[in-house]
Formats: sequence, C-alpha cells, structure tokens
Amino acid sequence: MSEFKQTFNSSLGKKLLMALTGLFLCTFLIVHLGGNLLLFKHDQGFAFNSYANFLTHFPPIEVVAYLLYLAILVHSIYALVLTIKNRRARPVGYAVQSKSPQSWSSKNMGLLGAILLLFIVIHMGDFWFTYKYNNILGFKEYRTNQITGETTVTAFTPSNPDFERSYATENNVEIVRVKDLHARIQWSFSHLWYVAFYVIAMGAVSFHLLHGFQSAFKTLGWVHKKYNGIVYFIGTWLFAVIIPVGFALMPIVYYIQSLS
Amino acid sequence: MSLDAKIPQGPLAEKWSKHKFNLKLVNPSNKRKYDIIVVGTGLAGASAAASLAELGYNVKAFCFQDSPRRAHSIAAQGGINAAKNYQNDGDSVYRLFYDTIKGGDYRAREGNVYRLAEVSVNIIDQCVAQGVPFAREYGGLLDNRSFGGSQVSRTFYARGQTGQQLLLGAYSALNRQIHLGKVKMYTRHEMLDVVTIDGHAKGIITRNMKTGAIDTHAGHAVLLCTGGYGNVFYLSTNAMGSNVTAAWRAHKRGAYFANPCYTQIHPTCIPVSGDHQSKLTLMSESLRNDGRVWAPKTVEVAEKLRKKEITAAQVKEDERDYFLERKYPSFGNLVPRDVASRNAKEVVDEGKGVGGSGFAVFLDFAEAIQRLGEDTVRAKYGNLFDMYYQITDENPYQQPMRIYPAVHYTMGGLWVDYNLSTNVPGLYALGECNFSDHGANRLGASALMQGLSDGYFVIPYTLGDYLATIGPKAVDTSHPAFEQTKQDVVDYVNKLLSLKGNKTVSEYHRELGHIMWEYCGMARTAEGLTKAKAMIQALKADFWKNAIVTGENEEFNAALENAGRVADFIELGELMVDDALMRRESCGGHFRLESQTPEGEALRDDENYAFVAAWEFKGENQPEELHKEELVYENVKLTQRSYK
Amino acid sequence: MSGHMNLTLKVWRQKNAQTPGKFVTYKAENISPDMSFLEMLDVVNESLTHKKEDPIHFDHDCREGICGMCSLYINGRPHGPKRAITTCQLHMRSFSDGETITIEPWRSAAFPIVKDLATDRSAFDRIQQAGGYVSVNTGGVPDANSTPIPKVIADEAFNSATCIGCGACVAACKNASAMLFTSAKITQLGMLPQGQPERYSRVQAMVAQMDQEGFGNCTNTGACEAECPKEITLNNIAFMNNDFFSAKLFREQHAHDHTGGE
Repeated sequence: MSEFKQTFNSSLGKKLLMALTGLFLCTFLIVHLGGNLLLFKHDQGFAFNSYANFLTHFPPIEVVAYLLYLAILVHSIYALVLTIKNRRARPVGYAVQSKSPQSWSSKNMGLLGAILLLFIVIHMGDFWFTYKYNNILGFKEYRTNQITGETTVTAFTPSNPDFERSYATENNVEIVRVKDLHARIQWSFSHLWYVAFYVIAMGAVSFHLLHGFQSAFKTLGWVHKKYNGIVYFIGTWLFAVIIPVGFALMPIVYYIQSLS
Repeated sequence: MSLDAKIPQGPLAEKWSKHKFNLKLVNPSNKRKYDIIVVGTGLAGASAAASLAELGYNVKAFCFQDSPRRAHSIAAQGGINAAKNYQNDGDSVYRLFYDTIKGGDYRAREGNVYRLAEVSVNIIDQCVAQGVPFAREYGGLLDNRSFGGSQVSRTFYARGQTGQQLLLGAYSALNRQIHLGKVKMYTRHEMLDVVTIDGHAKGIITRNMKTGAIDTHAGHAVLLCTGGYGNVFYLSTNAMGSNVTAAWRAHKRGAYFANPCYTQIHPTCIPVSGDHQSKLTLMSESLRNDGRVWAPKTVEVAEKLRKKEITAAQVKEDERDYFLERKYPSFGNLVPRDVASRNAKEVVDEGKGVGGSGFAVFLDFAEAIQRLGEDTVRAKYGNLFDMYYQITDENPYQQPMRIYPAVHYTMGGLWVDYNLSTNVPGLYALGECNFSDHGANRLGASALMQGLSDGYFVIPYTLGDYLATIGPKAVDTSHPAFEQTKQDVVDYVNKLLSLKGNKTVSEYHRELGHIMWEYCGMARTAEGLTKAKAMIQALKADFWKNAIVTGENEEFNAALENAGRVADFIELGELMVDDALMRRESCGGHFRLESQTPEGEALRDDENYAFVAAWEFKGENQPEELHKEELVYENVKLTQRSYK
Repeated sequence: MSGHMNLTLKVWRQKNAQTPGKFVTYKAENISPDMSFLEMLDVVNESLTHKKEDPIHFDHDCREGICGMCSLYINGRPHGPKRAITTCQLHMRSFSDGETITIEPWRSAAFPIVKDLATDRSAFDRIQQAGGYVSVNTGGVPDANSTPIPKVIADEAFNSATCIGCGACVAACKNASAMLFTSAKITQLGMLPQGQPERYSRVQAMVAQMDQEGFGNCTNTGACEAECPKEITLNNIAFMNNDFFSAKLFREQHAHDHTGGE
C-alpha cells in the first residue's frame, strides 16, 4: 500500500479529508452568499442573472465548480464510511441513553449532513440543472442606457434553440440577453412548502457548521490557546448565524414579495 | 540452613561496586537461553522484567490485574528520594543511607541500605530519560520537597501522583520489551505455587482468572515482585487485590519469611466512616510540609468537637495542642511516620480525638493558606484536597482535615540476601515483597526508591551470577515436580470451592483485620498477642468449616480468588503474632508496652533484638522455626532515635 | 436507620463473552450515603453470597481513583454523574433514596465483556506496546538535570500523563473512539525533549494499532473530555492529529519498525 493510500485509509486520514472538504465547502458558502445577495437588488434580476451567467461561462469557475462537486461527494461518502465504522465500534448499545455533556449538533452531524445532502440535490436540480441542461427557462433582455444609466427589461425569445446569451452595445445602449434564472427563483419561492424546506435546510446548515467548523480545526490539529477563541467566534457568528440567516432570508423575502 | 546474607566485605562505600565486579556474568549470546519468570508488575516487577529483557533474557511476566499498569505502586502519592543534592542543602549518599538506617530504627542492613542510597541517583536519571514528567522549577530543573525523617529536600515528585508516573515509566519500558517479543505478558493470572526441583525454584503454577485453567510455567529463576501484605488488617491503604498469596505459597515451599510483624502505620489517612468501609485512603505525607497536626488540649473541648457543638475554627489557639511541634521541636510535623502515628494514637487514647468517632486528629492548613495564599496551596496539594473533599464531603480549604493512622506498608517480607535471593536458590524477592531495606520503619518516599532500585539496578547484576552458576540448560515443565505441584493447587482450589457454609469470606477477613489491628497494630503486649494467636487459630478452623465460596473454577470467580487470599492472610496473621510476641522490644512502628522509656517513648533492646527474624515453615499447623540473622553495624552507632 | 437509602439496581449480568447477557434487578437496602458506589455493590454482593448466589462481577482495585481498573456505566454516564472522579470515588450521597440505578459495562467492540460488568481492555495495552515509550535501556542515561524542561511544558506533559487507562473515554464516546487515550501518551512524550527522537514514528505506530483494534473515529463531540476522570482535554487529540499528518505527509520517519533484541 502506498504511503498516501495508507494515510487516507487510516482513521485520522479519513478525518483529514472530512475536515479539508468541509472547510472548502465553508469557503464556498461565503462566495455563494455574496453572489446571492444580488437577489436583494431591485433590478428585476439583472445583476443576478448576469452573475449566474458569468458563473456558468467563466472557465476557472467551472474548474472550481467541479472541485466543489467532488468535495461534496467525498465529504458525504467518507461521512458514510466513518459512520458505518463508528457503528461497528459499538455493536451492543447502552440501555440508558448517554447523559454525558455534549452539544446536540455534535451528536447529530450525520442527521444534519443527510438533510443537507438532500437539500443540495434538490437545490441543484431546481436551479443548477435547470439552468444548465433544461430548456424550460426563459430569457430576458436588459437594455441599459450608458448615459442615463437607466435599464429597461423585456422578455426575449431566441430564434435559435441553442441560444445561450449575447452581449452587445448599440448607440450607447448596452444590451444583455441572458437566461432568466431570477424568474425561476421568484416562482419557486412563492410556494410556502418550498420556502419552509429552505429555511429548515438553513437551520441544518447552522447546526452542522456550529460544530463542523471548529471541529475541522481540531481534526487538522490547528488548536492553540491563542487562536481557539477566534475559531469559535467565526464558527459561531459567521457560519452558524450570518450565513444561514442570510440564505434563509432570500426565500422568506421572495415569498413575502410574492404575496403582494 | 544457615542464614548467610552474603554482604560483601570491605568499606561500606565500596561494597556494591566491588560486589558487582565479583559477580559472574552471563555471556551475551547465552542470555537468550535463559527463561526468567517475573510475578507482579509493579515498580519492582515491571522494572526488573524490562531490564532483564533488555539484557537479552526471555521473560515471562505475570499479574493478576487486567493490565500491568494497574499494580498498586500506582497509588503512591508523595515522591521518591534520591541523594542528588540538587538543592545544595547538604545531602549525600551517606546522609540518605544514615537517615534511612535511623528511620528504620536500626533494624536494616547497612550494606543494603547504602546500596539503595547509592543507586537512588540513577533511578531519577532513568525515569527522566523515560519521559516521566517530574515537577520542575521555573528554570527547567527538577524540583524537590521535604519528607518525614530527614532535614534535607531530596524528594522528587510528580504532583501527588509520583507512583503513577514512575509505574507508567516502568510500564512503558515493559511495553517496549513486550513489543520486541522479549517479554511475554500474562495478565489476569494469579500465581498459586512455586515449583522446586532439587531445592531450586524452577517454575510456578498459575490460575488463569478468566478461564480457571491451572497452568505450569518453567524458568531458570523466579522473581516474586508481588508487593506487601497490609491487607491482612482488612482495612489498609492497599488496593483491594493486594495479597500475600504468592509470597506465602513460596514461604510454604521453603522460603523464609522475615520480620512479618514490621508493618507501617501511616499517620495521615482519612478516618474510617463506618462498618461498610472497604479500604482506607492515604493523604500524602507531603501534606505535613505545610499542614500542622493538632488536637484539643482538653477532653472537654474534644467532647464538644465530637458532638459538633463547636467547629475546629472556634477552638482558640491556647486550647490547641500542636503535639508534634511541642514534643519534637527540631523535626516538628515532619517526624517519621511511626512517631507521628504513635503520638496520634496516644492523643486519641487520652480521649482528645476529634470527628464523629473520636478516632482522628486535625491536620490544619489555615496557617499555610494565610502564609502562602489559597492558590499556592491548591497548586501544591490540590488533587489531595479534592480527594479528601470527595470522600468526606468536608472542604479542607475551610476546615482542618481529620486524619488517623492506617496500615500502609509492610517492611517484613520474604527473607533475601544481598543478592535479593531468598534462601531457596533461584527464587528472588524484590520490592515490598522482600524484607530488606527499611528495617522496622520505612521513611516516606523510600518505597518507590527501593522497588525501582531492586528492579532496574540490583537484580540485573545479581541474577546473572546465579544463572551463570547453574548454566543455560533448558528447563521445561515435563519434570514430575510440575505435575505434582499443579495437582496440589488443583486440590487446594477444589477444597476452597467445596466450602458452602454460612459466613462470607469478607466477614472472616474483617474479623481477622479486627484482631490484627487490636492486638498486633501500633501497640502490642504479650498478653494481647497470646490472646490474638488463639483467636486466629479459632478463626482459621472456622473458616475451613463455615466459609461460603460460590461458583466454580472454570469461570471468572472473584469469590474463589478472594477465599484463597484470605485463607493465606489468616495463616500469615498467626505468624505475625508469633513474630510480634517474640520481639519483646519497641522499635519502629511497633510499640511493645513492656518496653518504653520513662517518658513513654519507644525503647529498643539492641542487646537482644538486633537481628532479622526469619521464620521457616515446618508444616501445616506446626509452629514455625525462628532463624536469626544478626545485624552488624560497622558504620553507624546505634542510639535511641531522637527527633526532638 | 435515619439517613440511609434504599435503591433499586438494574445490573447487566453476563456469564462470559460467549453467553448472551441480560439485566437483573436487585434491591440495595440500608445504604449509607457515606459509602462509595463500589462499597454499595459490596453490600449487595455480601447478601447474594449469603444466598449462595453468584455475586456481581466488576473490576476494581485501588479504590482511590488511580489504578484505572474500575469502570461501570451508571445511569448513562461512565463513572457516574460526577465530574473528574472514578466510580470508586463516587459516593452514594450523589444519589437519592428510592432511585433506580442502571449499571452497564463499557460498550465497545474493542472491549469484549469478560463477565458481568468487567471488560477486556487489553486493546489499550497493545496500543501502548506499539509505541508508547521512549526507547532507552536501563543505565547509561544522562543526568536528570542535563536537559532543562520549561515548567509549563513539564506541567502540560503531566496533564497528559495523568491518564489512568480506565476506558471511560471510549465508553462515553458515541463512536467508541479511543483517540483521547491514544493521544494522551502521544502528547506527553511528544512534548518532552526525551520523546523527540521517536516522536513521528511513535504517532504512526500507535494510531495504526488503535485503528486495528476496531475503535471508532473521533467526531470532536467532547464526551470523552467531559467524562475523563483525570480531565484530559481534546487538545491532546489535536496534538496527535497534527503530529500524525506531519509524520505522514512531510516526514521521513516510519512507524516503529523493530527487528528485535540483541
């Protein structure tokens, strides 16, 4: 067995992969939230649709995206492998449930992770897959007068079925034609059950990261009295509060908007 | 058989080095042809097994616990002495030797004790090299503290867990040899007999405690490192499993038992709280560095304290008797253990004891807390204070501890010569299991020193001499002596299992303990001892009629194990009483009321009792025969000990 | 008698590793609050013995919290409800009259049951044997004061060295992981200068043995740290992880590879 294979087959090696993939996914969340904040812009989806278009057509992002899918896969598979191994380590359980002091989230990482995986599958199916491979999305045309800065929006129906996007400037008017993911989002988030599902999933993100972020640091061995406080602070406030709340606000705000 | 201690001739300081040179050596390539059996894996056993395996011998090590790391050496709290003189306070090998001889009340061998002091310095080096985390000063060098019976600071320590850290060091050395395949470790195995062939020890019989299998093991030599027999008193600071069985069975196969009545009563233990009590907990002697021992001056005040009408803090300074400081101004609270214990007993006997039962005196830290601050006291003794709080539900930071003496260590044990060999060739005894170095009283922090000295630095030299003499001819268990001895053990086990009476083994044990504590404890009289002997004999007869031993051999059977151990304790108890009766003098922790100075201090009788009493087993229910090894003092002058 | 308690015990009884076990209910009567938990069991065993029944088997020895032999999973917690003590140091004043106490053995695939409440923890010994030592022979070592060690390092190493090998960490861990135990020795020796020469081979050897014994994996839940009678912290596990990754990914040393004696 090669040295590396041996390393990643060991208990600690598997944990290392969990920690690294986990932290990578954490950094993705920051970027993802940042981009999605464009949804709060009142521009009929211009910025957001442009951003979505950019993400799907900029090659370096494509590479990162595949890394991301790989990380999700590795994180899930190793979680499963470790969970099975952990179950085998205690074939006969206790009659009395553990009363040892330990946080709820740390005991339920598997459950939380399973909710998140389900969420990711549905989420990607609804937006990413729909965007990339499904031809049900419409297009929008954004015309911006570069002098006045005014933008007008109209629906756009391409004549060519393979049309993806176009970008042109005519007479100081910038014309951007892109897929209208924004409309899809508006439509999706007008369903209460769908919004509820998103909010629950963001709750799972919160608890998963409340433990997961600082746990990853411990697994990597990056523990030091002087920095532990910072790690806890970031893990709690950024990853367990700001990010999930930020994400959860999107469906909620869109739902409220859909009511009026 | 004559008792030749084989102490080398010549000046004290040269005895050991000359002896080492004179000992025969085993050729390195021949060492692997020898099999050595080590029973017990405490400090002495683990260090011996590891050191012998390092030399190249094949070692089989046995312990009754589930891991060698559990041996009761682990519970030693305070520290280990070594004549390093790191403190520049006048210590030397000779001073450690002198303190130990004097502390032992001039009943130990000069040669042995000097060797002990000499190798003490190597022990510290060895342990540090193994990664034992001793306490250190801010400059990074080793810290020391003071212990009873000495006026220098020479005790190395690792918080209140020195024994644990030293044992884990020896355990790690043992583990390394197990990993290398040089030691084969047998856990949950109890040694039940020694096999002798032509007068030489050639193996042992063990019982696998999980399956009940009775097995034979052959070796060129057998090392007993099985600890002390304090549990003969039922209540002691020993672990529940500590027992005399291995040593006692060896005794019954011919090994002499020396000074059995020399037991150490430790002054600072947590008092008994009720009949349910299964063992006593020691509070380290190091507490006497800062704690002050006192009792009320009058019976009236003591009475009020016992009835909880007043608290200790309400007792005014002039109503308190700091009796150790008053009687022994130069050593104060740091007098040796026997002196501290005897004085506590005296105070209690006068009716000035405190606590619910009246069987306690105070160990007070109020002054230390005031002088050093609570944080410093916590840093020094925190774990001991916590332990006290946990057991008694009383906070020692706020009220004085209650302490009372309890059986802690046994200086007596199998008789061994300078080479640690018993009178049975090939059978060795190391550590607390032998009688050798502490005389009639052991100084604090000396037990760890002796266990490791025997195991690391004595036996690796002396054993080779015997092995070279007998030669590397293979030994195996095919000799009929093995089958015969094994049959004896099987019969004995069956005899125990047939006991289906009406009294539990623990009840017998408790009764034996009462007899021993009452008549063969801190104060003894001829009358009491004679009475005790008859009581023990009656107890023994009753045990073999009415004891209950449940279960069968072919299972994990704690009842059976305990029955065998208690049966041996009963027999040992009788020998201890015989020994105490014979020794009509006060020495060490052993106070004969018939032998005291006009001031009531212990009075030794050097003219008649400056000898080691080695007892020979002469058959079941036969009186044992006494052999005397005269103690020769060429370097120290025998004086009445004074710590005033 | 006033102040004394009557309790109901639900105790796991199992003749040996091969025979299936079950809970049996016993009454513990007239129990003094000053008794230790094990003394309470002694009382029950005495009465069973009088009835010629097989006493409850449990491991115990020093009864002062240092040998690590006692265990017992009491009402859902290893060593019972109090922090930083072993079962033998647990007193009955921590329970109330009339209470039902459930007593189970440590549950772990790596700790097979020997009888009733006693388990076989030799897996711990094998982990230590794999590398939990400094390879020095007796004799020929330098003077103890030749290598100064900063007090804070010595103290930290001591905090790790204080492990008693009881197995409460494994018992408490939802994954039955032995990482706290394994890392304590790795940290102790890894911090001290004496442990440096074998630092990176030791961690690999001990982790490999730990994996082989069938313990679970750490999820940094912290139950081990909360239940450890010697309060060994999760930082030890982080130290082990760090050394392990460093050894595997960036260093030349391999796991201990001993070829034997002379």
